[in-house]
Amino acid sequence: MPPSELPPDDQLAGLLLAGDEAAFAQVVDAWSPGMVRLARVYVSTEDSAAEVVQEAWLAVVRGIATFAGRSSLRTWVYRIVANTAQRRGGREARSVPASSLGAGDGGGDAQGPTVDPARFAPPGHPHAGHWQRPPSPWPEQALLAAEVRAQVAAAVAGLPARQRVVITLRDVHGYDSDEVCSILEISAANQRVLLHRARAAVRSCLERYLADGEEAS
Amino acid sequence: MTESLNDPVDHLACTELVELVTAFLEGDLDPATERRVVDHISLCDGCELYVDQVRQTTDVLAGLSGGAPLSPADRDRLLAAFRDSSA
Repeated sequence: MPPSELPPDDQLAGLLLAGDEAAFAQVVDAWSPGMVRLARVYVSTEDSAAEVVQEAWLAVVRGIATFAGRSSLRTWVYRIVANTAQRRGGREARSVPASSLGAGDGGGDAQGPTVDPARFAPPGHPHAGHWQRPPSPWPEQALLAAEVRAQVAAAVAGLPARQRVVITLRDVHGYDSDEVCSILEISAANQRVLLHRARAAVRSCLERYLADGEEAS
Repeated sequence: MTESLNDPVDHLACTELVELVTAFLEGDLDPATERRVVDHISLCDGCELYVDQVRQTTDVLAGLSGGAPLSPADRDRLLAAFRDSSA
């Protein structure tokens, strides 16, 4: 989330157009960390991500006059980052294929249930479809631990690319669904499916991690 | 879990509920389905906990660090490029 002291969009765009360097420095500082994180979803190294962000900012500088205000300025900037990173990712050997982002269905992995069917009573059972092994409560304190954050970050890193970019924008950056649809140019339904699968997968990793911790102690 | 609780006609199964969690949290369900989800959660400890854990997961996600700031050199280069472009 950008700090609230940034001027409102129309004013900000005006300041940038007018060449106000202080305003530019302010948005660069406010948005670059998030832009690096977004770029990192598409490219394989931190260095590449930093270069993508440089390139994207230069494109913003060159193109600010074309910002039409149809989306928020931040969304417009982030879309430039996503496009730049995606192009670059397409050139990188280890990166996700560009075709796996931004188009198509749920990412090739949108089929099937998000919770292990073995957790529920099977068909034919008197309580078919109901929890057989319901979740166990998580110790509140554990969620504050640095290792838990590391686990969650690792779980996100292990997601299919399209799920990773959606959950990063939504839950890590706090974008709303309209902004994410607009940045990634995907439908609302698609966005929701990707978010749903991503959250379920991360929750499940967290559950496994916390359960292991219990057994270990 | 939810058995034996004056089941309404079209009771949701837990397997269905877990697939509606995101739409529910996003406020994207139609009112009738939302009502069924709320009814189910109010009766089912497992699903109440599941939904809560999805929320807890998003809380942890929100606490992940915000990415690295630009290096001072990169930042200076950008500001210089900005200065040039508006000169």
